[in-house]
Amino acid sequence: MADTKTRRPSAGAEGRGPAGKLDGFSKEQLHTFLREMLLYRRFEESAEEAYAIGKIGGFCHLHIGQEAVALGFVGPLRKDDYALTAYRDHTQALAKGVDAGAVMAELYGRVGGAVGGKGGSMHIFGADVGFMGGHGIVGGQIPLATGIGWAIRYRGGDQVCVCFMGDAAVNQGAFWESLNMAAIWKLPVIFVVENNQYGMGTAFDRVSALPVVERAGGTGVHAHAVDGQDILATWRLTEQLVSDVRNGAGPQYVDARTYRFKGHSMSDPVSGTYRSKEEVETKKREADPITILRDRLFDADLLTQEEIEKIDGEVREVVDEAARFADESPLPSPEDLYSHAYAEINEHGRLFLDGRER
Amino acid sequence: MANLTYREALNQALAEEMERDESVFLMGEEVAEYDGAYKVSKGLLDRFGDRRVVDTPISELGFAGLGVGAAMVGLRPVIEFMTFNFSFLALDQVINAAAKMYYMSGGQISVPMVFRGPTGAALQLSAQHSQACATWYVHAPGVKVVTPATPADAKGLLKAAIRDQDPVAVMEGELLYNVKGEVPDPEDGDFIVPLGLADVKREGEHVSIITHGPTVHIALMAANKLEKDGIHAEVVDLRSIRPLDVDTILASVRKTNRAVVLEEGWPFAGVGSQIVSIIQDEAFDHLDAPVVRVSQADVPMPYAKNLEQLAKPSADRVIAACNRVLYRS
Amino acid sequence: MATKVHMEALSPTMEEGQLVKWLKSEGDTVENGELLAEIETDKATMELVARGAGVLRKILLGEGSTAAVGEVIAVIGEEDEDISALLPATSGKKSEAADKADAAEGSGSKKEDDSDEEPDSEEAADSDEDDASPKKDAAAKKTAEKAEGGSESSDASADDARSASSAASPDGRVKASPLARRLAADEGLELASIQGSGPGGRIVKRDVEKAAQEAPAAAAPGAPSLAPRLSVPDSADDVRDVPLTQMRKTIAKRLVESIGPVPHFFLTIDVDMSRAVAARGRVNALLEGTGVKVSYNDIVLKSTAAALRRHPECNAHWGGDHIRQFNRVHLGVAVAIEDGLITPIIRDAHLKGLAEIATEVRELAGRAREKKLKPEEYTGATFSVSNLGMFGIEEFTAVINPPEAGILAVGALEERAVVVKGEVQVQPRMKITMSCDHRVIDGALGAGFLRTLKAILEEPLTALV
Repeated sequence: MADTKTRRPSAGAEGRGPAGKLDGFSKEQLHTFLREMLLYRRFEESAEEAYAIGKIGGFCHLHIGQEAVALGFVGPLRKDDYALTAYRDHTQALAKGVDAGAVMAELYGRVGGAVGGKGGSMHIFGADVGFMGGHGIVGGQIPLATGIGWAIRYRGGDQVCVCFMGDAAVNQGAFWESLNMAAIWKLPVIFVVENNQYGMGTAFDRVSALPVVERAGGTGVHAHAVDGQDILATWRLTEQLVSDVRNGAGPQYVDARTYRFKGHSMSDPVSGTYRSKEEVETKKREADPITILRDRLFDADLLTQEEIEKIDGEVREVVDEAARFADESPLPSPEDLYSHAYAEINEHGRLFLDGRER
Repeated sequence: MANLTYREALNQALAEEMERDESVFLMGEEVAEYDGAYKVSKGLLDRFGDRRVVDTPISELGFAGLGVGAAMVGLRPVIEFMTFNFSFLALDQVINAAAKMYYMSGGQISVPMVFRGPTGAALQLSAQHSQACATWYVHAPGVKVVTPATPADAKGLLKAAIRDQDPVAVMEGELLYNVKGEVPDPEDGDFIVPLGLADVKREGEHVSIITHGPTVHIALMAANKLEKDGIHAEVVDLRSIRPLDVDTILASVRKTNRAVVLEEGWPFAGVGSQIVSIIQDEAFDHLDAPVVRVSQADVPMPYAKNLEQLAKPSADRVIAACNRVLYRS
Repeated sequence: MATKVHMEALSPTMEEGQLVKWLKSEGDTVENGELLAEIETDKATMELVARGAGVLRKILLGEGSTAAVGEVIAVIGEEDEDISALLPATSGKKSEAADKADAAEGSGSKKEDDSDEEPDSEEAADSDEDDASPKKDAAAKKTAEKAEGGSESSDASADDARSASSAASPDGRVKASPLARRLAADEGLELASIQGSGPGGRIVKRDVEKAAQEAPAAAAPGAPSLAPRLSVPDSADDVRDVPLTQMRKTIAKRLVESIGPVPHFFLTIDVDMSRAVAARGRVNALLEGTGVKVSYNDIVLKSTAAALRRHPECNAHWGGDHIRQFNRVHLGVAVAIEDGLITPIIRDAHLKGLAEIATEVRELAGRAREKKLKPEEYTGATFSVSNLGMFGIEEFTAVINPPEAGILAVGALEERAVVVKGEVQVQPRMKITMSCDHRVIDGALGAGFLRTLKAILEEPLTALV
């Protein structure tokens, strides 16, 4: 849980710029970063609680610790740009503009959910705001992003598509096939590896001879590495890459180095055989993206204790409201079982062969 | 009416749809400069350019998924598999992405696209290049599957598939590309064969042979031979496996009281299993004999010519099956 | 030395007897010549006496059950004598429950009880075909077992099974294709009576079609089937199942042998329809403007229903081993259609008024001609009426529609000169002939019913009384 009260030793004043700014970001912008990341954090904490009391079922992968990646790579996008990711998808959906109540209600499996209770935690969609989904198969979303990039180029648009994936996804064939095609056709796709160092319980260096940043090698896609816990860094890099891609630079690849503070999913341990408790505690202490930003703002005199508490209170209200909305949203009706299986029910023949149409 | 080959009919369908709708594009291995491994896309690159007729790397999973992604934002990709045998590399994108996208996005994102290419055995291509793939695709709710047997059906169904809002697998017969048949002229209007409409390719009252795809021709051969014996077999060409024209199947069985279900694929959980299930469920009281299935032998396709012959469904096996359900021995 | 007690021939024509009552229990001492049991024969209830002395060791035939003449029905022996050799081979291993079941089955168990010493019982079994079907099943079973059990299970033995007279499998199930079952039901054919030509003797469509063709073309009214086919009663209270007495069984069998499957006899009455004609005029005047018009046939139907209520013994079905009498009257009305005839049913005709019957008959007849009747609309009649009066037929006889026991053939209403109290008068007259199934309705019963019917038609007010 992000601590908004205990001040960490100063991180130094190296980033401090002109009065009222930090690394060229305005105080207002910086407060927005803080507010957004706190929203993601509180949202996931609320989901965690709801999961614990059975309001959320199935697989539920929390993004706690990785907020600066979600915000940094989605925040700078336009509404008509696209983002999609794997199954750890709640906060990217929030970042792209899906309503917090709709995301929470989806986790609750309610009709008010982002996809009406059909998808759950792993399948949040918000097509109207360019959030093209949470996808459940490791690497499965990478060809889809490539296709979205293809469509953008086909139509001559200037949008970009940001495709998130976990570090483990780079070992899938879909990854290499997609980067190769994106490169030969110069597709406007930014492939972002949320490198939290573990594919579930397997450390990345045990399954890859090369570090994440080098894995795009051989495809011709430009590779970048960034401190994924530093929102200012991820935001700044994204702004640059989006601009380049809009100008025809072709696909980009980012190794965003981050860390997951929770287990792989709600049903997995935070630490244990694959990583030590000490490692996790140290990271939480030293690499919490929210704490890092807060302290830098404190150091730069761009944030007061009262302000952060006020922000935190406000986002808690948003999250509480989302949880209330989810709680009050009805379960899908039995008729919804068959809705949306096909976009077009053909005039002839039977599409469903379980006797439903008789 | 023009007398076209199955290949030409498909080519015509692609050209017409690309002409009609700017969002339609063709992508696959060897489809552009090489004119298609089976020449289905012959001349399309010259006509529509490399933006819309696109050669891919040999990355079935990648370009199938690319098609799904493009469809998710409104294009109408036609993804050609050099053969559907290779599409197994892409099944994650077909089953987990294309089939389920509309459902798991709660109806937000449809996938209007076509996967097409040849399926089934040709001649002595042995195990990995000789399988009927319809079962794999039709198993997943969300996908539609059509299996044209004639040039006219090939054209009409491919055009309907391209216009459909859902992913449709158009499974062509590898041995059918040179088959000729009458196809309505484009000047006579848009020729569409709607999905989900079976076609009684031959009427008869003694036994129904229900089949789809290349084996329609085997069924017709069998029916011709049976005719000499005084047996009038009805040949029901499903044309579309999903949606499935259950009404036509049942009407035929109710008329003849006997059914032989023929398919090119393997028997276990094959398309025929579903047909038989429907018949026993909905036409039980009309059956005078248990339904008999004819399929490929339940082994991988062998290479040796004689073994391959044994493995494939043949007119003789269909005749034997008909005799069985007719209680003629 | 132990003595077997046989079912004895207690009348010259007796082939089997029903055990009414044992007068001794197992364990009782029995003197030679002492009364053992009461047996109902085809003529009367007779006494069976002991032909040996000792203790009644074993009773093999339960009360109410039937055994063929010659069959062992009990054993008399010394108190501690081993009588197992005299008992049916299998009974020693059987539980008491099984014994009871056998006893309840009656003659059905006879096959097993036969011993080599009793060759004539085999003949007895073969000769009475009219009896309960379990016996036939047992025979079929034996044939089938023979075919299947033989170590030379060649095609020949399989063919044996196929050519066995029915498709009954060893478990008694008749094998038939679903279509054949449906067609047989539509034709009113019993599957068990059809020879199957499919694999394993399966009855298939062509077998049913063949059987339907071979069945007598039922040209006369009614009769889709000659086989007893009892409808399921609406409720147990609506029917009374009368067990067949030996006498009734013999009558049934003899009459079938002499006349045909349904032993018909005919009774004709000549009815003065003066009051019925007047009543019809008044009724139709009342119905003016309703679009309903009552015919003479409707009056006959209504009257028949009323009469049947008073003679339930005529409102009955022949059930093979029992007669079923109905309280409710479901009247079949024969309707000529393009290529034959069909008998739609006025259900609960006894509860319906004339206008209702008239309306229903028109409606059913209309749909019958369009061949749009549902099966339940033409099956399950308890009694039928056929009317050829409109064709000018003065009188005729109708063929009974089994399992019904009677049908009325209604002739034309015409004015005829009759002598009344020594004077010649002209009256509207109608002749009605009743065909009776003699197995169910004897002459006096039929006459009684017709007398009631005549009374109602000659004074319609009678129906109100």
